[in-house]
Amino acid sequence: MREFDYYRAGSVRDAAKRLAASGNAMLLAGGMTLLPALKMRLNEPSELIDLGGIDELKGVKLSRKGAHIGATTTHVEVAGNVELRAAIPVISQAAESIGDPQVRNRGTLGGSVANNDPAADYPAVALGLGATIITNKRKISADSFFVGLFETALGTGEMVTEVLFPLPQRAGYAKFPNPATRYALVGVCVAQFKSGVRVAVTGAGPSVYRLEDFEEALEGDFSSDALDGLSVSAANLNDDMHASAEYRAHLVGVMARRAVAMALD
Amino acid sequence: MDVQVSFTLNGKMVSAAAGSATLLVDLLRNRFGLTGTHVGCDTSQCGACVVHVDGASVKSCTMLAAQIDGCAVDTIEGLSGNGELHPLQQAFHEHHALQCGFCTPGMIMSAADLLKRNPRPSELEVRDWLEGNMCRCTGYHNIVKAVRAAAGVMGEEGS
Amino acid sequence: MSGGMGIGAAAPRSEDRRFITGRGRYVDDINLRSQQYAWFVRSPHPHAEVRSIDAGQALEMPGVTAVLTGADLEADEVGSLPVAWGITSVDGSPAVEPGFPALADGRVRYVGNPVAVVIAETRAAARDAAEAVNVHYEELDSVSSAAAAMEEGAPQIHEAAEGNLCFNWEWLPSAMAPDAKANTEKALKEAAHVVSLELVNNRLVPNAMEPRASLADFNPATGQLTLYTTSQNPHVNRLLLCTATLKMPEHKVRVVAPDVGGGFGSKIYHYAEELVVCWASRRLGVPVKWTAERSESFLGDAQGRDHLTRVELALDAEARFTALRVDTIANLGSYVSTFGAAVPTVFYGPLLAGVYKTPNIYATVKGVFTNTTPTDAYRGAGRPEACYLIERVVDEAAAQLGMDPAEIRRRNFIQPDEFPYQSPVGQLYDSGEFEGCLDLAMEINGYAGFDERRKQSEARGRLRGRGMSFYIEACGAAPSQAAGQLGARAGLYEVATVRVHPTGAVQVMTGTHSHGQSHETTFAQIVSDRLGVDFANVEIVHGDTGEVPFGMGTYASRSLAVGGSALVKALDKVVEKGRKIAAHLLEAAAGDIEFSDGQFRVAGTDRQVAFGDVALAAYVPHNYPLQELEPGLEETSFFDPENFTFPSGCYICEVEVDTETGVVEIRDFVAADDFGNIINPMVVEGQVHGGLAQGIGQALMEHCRYTPEGQLLTGSYMDYCMPRADDLPSFKVATRCTPTPFNPLGAKGCGEAGAIGAPPAVMNAVLDALRPLGVKHIDMPATPNAVWWAIEAARSGE
Ligand SMILES: Cc1cc2nc3c(=O)[nH]c(=O)nc-3n(C[C@H](O)[C@H](O)[C@H](O)COP(=O)(O)OP(=O)(O)OC[C@H]3O[C@@H](n4cnc5c(N)ncnc54)[C@H](O)[C@@H]3O)c2cc1C
Ligand code: FES
Ligand code: FES
Repeated sequence: MREFDYYRAGSVRDAAKRLAASGNAMLLAGGMTLLPALKMRLNEPSELIDLGGIDELKGVKLSRKGAHIGATTTHVEVAGNVELRAAIPVISQAAESIGDPQVRNRGTLGGSVANNDPAADYPAVALGLGATIITNKRKISADSFFVGLFETALGTGEMVTEVLFPLPQRAGYAKFPNPATRYALVGVCVAQFKSGVRVAVTGAGPSVYRLEDFEEALEGDFSSDALDGLSVSAANLNDDMHASAEYRAHLVGVMARRAVAMALD
Repeated sequence: MDVQVSFTLNGKMVSAAAGSATLLVDLLRNRFGLTGTHVGCDTSQCGACVVHVDGASVKSCTMLAAQIDGCAVDTIEGLSGNGELHPLQQAFHEHHALQCGFCTPGMIMSAADLLKRNPRPSELEVRDWLEGNMCRCTGYHNIVKAVRAAAGVMGEEGS
Repeated sequence: MSGGMGIGAAAPRSEDRRFITGRGRYVDDINLRSQQYAWFVRSPHPHAEVRSIDAGQALEMPGVTAVLTGADLEADEVGSLPVAWGITSVDGSPAVEPGFPALADGRVRYVGNPVAVVIAETRAAARDAAEAVNVHYEELDSVSSAAAAMEEGAPQIHEAAEGNLCFNWEWLPSAMAPDAKANTEKALKEAAHVVSLELVNNRLVPNAMEPRASLADFNPATGQLTLYTTSQNPHVNRLLLCTATLKMPEHKVRVVAPDVGGGFGSKIYHYAEELVVCWASRRLGVPVKWTAERSESFLGDAQGRDHLTRVELALDAEARFTALRVDTIANLGSYVSTFGAAVPTVFYGPLLAGVYKTPNIYATVKGVFTNTTPTDAYRGAGRPEACYLIERVVDEAAAQLGMDPAEIRRRNFIQPDEFPYQSPVGQLYDSGEFEGCLDLAMEINGYAGFDERRKQSEARGRLRGRGMSFYIEACGAAPSQAAGQLGARAGLYEVATVRVHPTGAVQVMTGTHSHGQSHETTFAQIVSDRLGVDFANVEIVHGDTGEVPFGMGTYASRSLAVGGSALVKALDKVVEKGRKIAAHLLEAAAGDIEFSDGQFRVAGTDRQVAFGDVALAAYVPHNYPLQELEPGLEETSFFDPENFTFPSGCYICEVEVDTETGVVEIRDFVAADDFGNIINPMVVEGQVHGGLAQGIGQALMEHCRYTPEGQLLTGSYMDYCMPRADDLPSFKVATRCTPTPFNPLGAKGCGEAGAIGAPPAVMNAVLDALRPLGVKHIDMPATPNAVWWAIEAARSGE
């Protein structure tokens, strides 16, 4: 890792100002993605702005709109929040399935959605629940936030401050872990709202995406059986030594069925 | 750029200057001579480097030294007070839960965090918790046994 | 007197305390004043000409002391990395051993091939500068699979090795068994059934959790070089440094292997990095340290296995095996590593009989160069490959004949009254009770209840399968003369010195090395048992050529069988001398003195003198037979066994397969082993557990993969699947004992058993589960992806 300036921000404004001021500064949240990348010298920022000391970014709050989770709330805090688990268990389950305990002790929601790893868990839940990503500048719907491989709608000088997850009627997240990394080889989040059903898939493609034909099928009949006969095309899916595109396509179907079953459980 | 950090290390206040890119594990090993914390990988996966920061287990290879200003850091060297072994250390010894010993400090620090949160874990819970700690020697069998023995739940049906 | 810590006691280990309190001392924990750091510039290409190396910019960077290349090595006449075992081809020609320079000599042949080294004041500075070394490569065509490397027109990796062939080896060679080949072919032709398989033994990365590290300290004033290194055999490293590479006299080189964090074979060899830091320290007059990053370990540590085999088993109408023919292609990687040519040949062919009375066996092995990291011994080394193919083809035969896998094995076992048994592939088996182990394993597994369990699994939507395997292996390398005939270029005895101090405290200097194997405990148990000295009063010294006279180190489960036996011999000498001293003190004839429980006693009387008093008399010889005996009490023994030892065992594995996802879960794993006599059952169980984990890892998860051109795909734990706690079950292990007559302890060795026996047991179980779906074959590792594809292929009738 190469040297950089280290700055511990005191508030969101402070961090945002700092970020805007330097072209090559990066935000440091849990560091579980950024620090390994710096060790591999994939990035060489001039400055790291540590968000760890900003209290306003931490915590889970429930309202009628849903669950407001601060950007630097760690995975373990999300998984362990009793009210959240009662209200929207799928978020807790997804948080619990991330990495290992030490990663969960440090890694944060904001870092995960901002990073938009194609195999990450939170993006699937955020997209599946139709969350709103709140930044220091604006509110972005999950549908337009996750743009592509490691790419989001965040502009320069923009940072995630909170994610608002609406309350579904039911939801489930089924994850098939990559045997090496334990990220999602395929993960499917299924959520039923009064307004309709959302199905989001992670791990299978270059970025998290929605499966419209699954959504339609489930809207008519929210049961695993409703997905019988639907298949997923392997075209454009990830293909690597852990899973061929065809196998991933197959797993999307299996995980979707299991997610529905979890939602109904 | 050097960063000045003051923190509690195994119960004692210490301070040090560290390069901004210095990892916590390097600070512990090189500046404080606490070589019980090991480095087994460069991708944050093996857990040989696990220590506690403010009571929670973390991978010290994936934290900057700069981030621990004002925190409490506990390492394997600080686990046994007054020469008396921590129950986990004692159980690892009695149940032959270590061979080469390289993964052991991280394994014990990780397990100590588990027992704080879940004092009576089942076999499955222990195995799940240790996902971030690799051991190439023991096949985990005796590690799981030792963690459960330390928790006083050996022999109970838990899994 | 032994404090209950004698032979057979499940003594908790004396070495534990330092490790559980964080006070172990591994190489990277050692720092010397004014030490500098080495960082290697490694080839990013699998195959290329190195046109030029420009270090100008690197040398100008802050803190950089030197940038050294192959040309500097050559100028200093540093030798190329040696091959310690020579193999002879069918036509009598020696295997091709192209030089393996520690820094490339104009050509790189694998990704990670060291090209230059930067020495700098900090590790970060060395790394930064290494990135600034400008190497101009001209890429060449390259190939990573052995089969592809043998094809016409494949890229040539070494000029001397036509068709990339290092050797074409047969076993037994026609000079030793002129009819083996013809008889085997005849038996195959005349057989009632012939079962054949093509099997891949997947390449593995050993992955000891401690990455390799070396710290060299050359003192220009004394000319003395001290090397601290992660080694399983410091004397072997010194031997090779002194005779082959650095060419310094032994008394000027001290090699220390302090606490070492696992080896599994990967820390046996003489590696480029340790040689380069020694040489750089000598050149620059400062200590030089190198610690591998894990990604470097993936590139630079010798890898294991990588065989492609066709096996044919002939059976008569009663399902008795009549012949076995094996043709193997072994991928040696880009160079011949220290034991790289021996592993797929002499550690493999002689084990092809397994535990069965197959009368005719003939094997050929082609060793092939590819643009990959060199392969060498990894836990089991050759024996897992042999066991895998035997046990897979035996199980396949049972399936084809509709027989119970236990029954077909029973019918072919070598029987207890047939030992010592001369196998048709040149081994003299010492002892064994194979049916006994089989019965024990079946009992623990609850063999009869399987159908019921299978039904229960089915009810939960899972397919259940059960697999069995039986292994036998040759441990305790080796009888030096036999090894010499097979091509070994060094002796394989072991050495122990027993130093009894005036107070009766005992130190043992052993030439074996413990990096997890627990010698500090088990060897002390032997001493305690034999001398009646309190366990706590015994210290085992290992891993330092400055303290231990000599030794060949720890691998091939040889520590106890060979090193422990050397210890017993040295202890016998101590007792013999003590007996004479005691005779003098008790004014009796030496022949009348008995020794037990730490007391020398005049037979049939109560006159006795304690071992400690005898030791004191030896060092304070006021009342002492100085005319006949020298003072002091210290003895050394070199033990060269008359044969290998042959542990064996039966493993049974039950799996459940989720056919929807292809996930295989192990539901039961039983290991019933015969290790001969056991010093410490707790330690032995630990060895079995660890071996099983690696064996199961090979069967279900681990696979070192390259692109066809030789780019490593599994270069970190992000891609290489290491078994973790939640991937494995708890194991059920048990032992039976038929002591070996070939060493004084009757001990056979247990270090590799699990890694040898587990893969076929797991794969047989997976296939047992999937056969009802029509799946006939699946290669290791049976990952979810692979299992799902196998099921799909069977369903679509492919
Ligand atoms: C061993 C291991 C296993 C893991 N397994 C999983 C897994 O199974 N599933 C999974 O989903 N993830 C996994 N992760 C990743 C983990 O969840 C990370 O914590 C997460 O992806 C990033 O969060 P962070 O807080 O650590 O972010 P950091 O690493 O600090 O930052 C990541 C990126 O996001 C940017 N960033 C951080 N916070 C903000 C913000 N508020 N606004 C804008 N940008 C920001 C940073 O600048 C950086 O570019 C694993 C990581 C490791 C090391
Ligand atoms: S060193 Fe491997 S996780 Fe920290
Ligand atoms: S004891 Fe060696 S890696 Fe765990």
